[in-house]
Amino acid sequence: MMELLGLYNYWVFAVLLMIGFYAVIARPNMVKKLLGLSIFQAAVFLLYITMDKVEGGTAPIIQKGVEDAIYSNPLPQVLILTAIVVGISTTALGLALVVRIHEAYGTIEEDETQRADLDE
Amino acid sequence: MSLTAQLPALQVVVPLLTAPLVVLLRTPGLSWAAATAASLTAFAIAVALAGQVLAGEVIHYEMGGWPAPFGISLNIDALGSLVLLLVTGASTLALVGGRDSLATEIEAGRRHLFYAAWLIVLAGLSGIAVTGDAFNVFVFMEISSLATYVLIAAGPDRRALTATFKYLIMGTIGATFYLIGVGMVYMMTGTLNFADMEVRLAEVTELRPIVVAAGFITVGLALKAAMFPLHVWLPGAYTHAPHMVTAFVAACSTKVAIYVLLRFDFFVFQNNLSQHDLHFASFLLPLALLGILVGSAVAMVESNLKRLLAHSSVAQIGYILLGASLISEAGITAAAAHMFNHALAKGAMFLAVAAFALRLSGVRLNDIAGVGRQMPLTFAALAVAGASLVGIPGTAGFVSKWLLLQAAFAQGTLGLVAVVVVVLSSLAAVVYVWRIIEAAYFCEPSAEVQAAREAPLPILAVLLLAAAANIYFGLVPAFPLSLAEMSATELLGGLQ
Repeated sequence: MMELLGLYNYWVFAVLLMIGFYAVIARPNMVKKLLGLSIFQAAVFLLYITMDKVEGGTAPIIQKGVEDAIYSNPLPQVLILTAIVVGISTTALGLALVVRIHEAYGTIEEDETQRADLDE
Repeated sequence: MSLTAQLPALQVVVPLLTAPLVVLLRTPGLSWAAATAASLTAFAIAVALAGQVLAGEVIHYEMGGWPAPFGISLNIDALGSLVLLLVTGASTLALVGGRDSLATEIEAGRRHLFYAAWLIVLAGLSGIAVTGDAFNVFVFMEISSLATYVLIAAGPDRRALTATFKYLIMGTIGATFYLIGVGMVYMMTGTLNFADMEVRLAEVTELRPIVVAAGFITVGLALKAAMFPLHVWLPGAYTHAPHMVTAFVAACSTKVAIYVLLRFDFFVFQNNLSQHDLHFASFLLPLALLGILVGSAVAMVESNLKRLLAHSSVAQIGYILLGASLISEAGITAAAAHMFNHALAKGAMFLAVAAFALRLSGVRLNDIAGVGRQMPLTFAALAVAGASLVGIPGTAGFVSKWLLLQAAFAQGTLGLVAVVVVVLSSLAAVVYVWRIIEAAYFCEPSAEVQAAREAPLPILAVLLLAAAANIYFGLVPAFPLSLAEMSATELLGGLQ
């Protein structure tokens, strides 16, 4: 039981991943799809941040006089900083596309844009 | 340090730094010239690197002088060098010949931004091919993908926007899957360097997360590579993108994803997961065969020239994956050689489509009826590239298809199924290439077609060069073949 609870973050990771994925697949509204995509990516950020935790670890900053400190692993945090930037760029580009799609089609529902294309 | 030693870094840095310069230049003419010059330089670097690789050298470069695995190392082996040639070559040909075509599709005030995005795609794709770091691959993949979305959305009508949106959603899911996989491998090994990963995985006792990671990485990259049935983003994106973007992207971007897939599965996982080759083959082989059949079948009935060629690309990606999933030296040689040859054939065909589009109002088969007599040189180049796509002896496509058939024959009964599929699909290719030729040569031209003249000189020159390369590498295939053979030896080097 304790073991399962100890993996709390990983459970949240899996649940968030699936919520995001579901929104991407099931919603025809493009803004909601992008929201889903953001949740989907955020789940992965959580996975990386969780794995760098070292029990009893502190922030990885070297201080004078402290020699036997245990540090958390800083690398995944750096990686995820990059991934967050990528995520923001993707969302921004996606939203810009949605604006253009709204200008061109007058709707942001995927089924309606598909119908508009078929009618042409 | 001499300049030659810095070539691996310059491969990425030159297009990446020229991109903001192109934005500053503003005028369409100057920005085109700068972009083309950067692309030509990148191609020259790729050729120089290929020369070093062919001489038997595996190029290793440490970014900023930090030794691996602490710093990011760049590694260029035979397969990487082959991919680099494709990426930079396709970009250069499309840029040199593409000025007139892009001028009709992109408004003048935005063209410098478009060229900047183009260079970022080039930098991203080259980056994937040179880097030896798994997370670096993710970053470059997203750099190139985000810029590719911009290029595709620049297409002339509104369907380009919805096609791009679809690609953006699916591409991001693919990249995120890859990121999850890399995270899991990092969790178990504590390293992101490919070479280091392979060594440290051998000491990992709990292998289940690695198996999960292999699944995530393979599926994520298969999405990026447009493997059947994850290819649904591809036909729309190729059809509605500006013609020159299609010529560039169709020639190389899916191949870069396949390159990463092979690298991960053969270098990192092969030796460390028991029966990984079996899992890999039993996952990829059926999907590759289905992709070949479905792609070719749809291409036979499609009437929009670009969409037809896009579906044919789905089938051709199937050939490459089929070769890889045979997990034999001959199979992987065929896969690598087919990457090269398919890029030549498909790149030339899309260039021809761009040439037609400059003179005609559309690129449906009806629109090009009879154009063969008005634009004989363009048509001849299209016919040669089409022959190469089918795999007619004397063209580049034949060489790799022949290798693929030989590799499949060597596999016994299962291989025979693959042989039957490849032969069926080649027949289908005869049908769809013939439909293009029939429409372009034997149909009565409309008034618009009768007024059409030969395409402008730059695009015609590039197109004829690409067609000539299809014949040259069909008759003298030594260069791509030796790179392909070296790739196979490297990829299977760890396989006992």
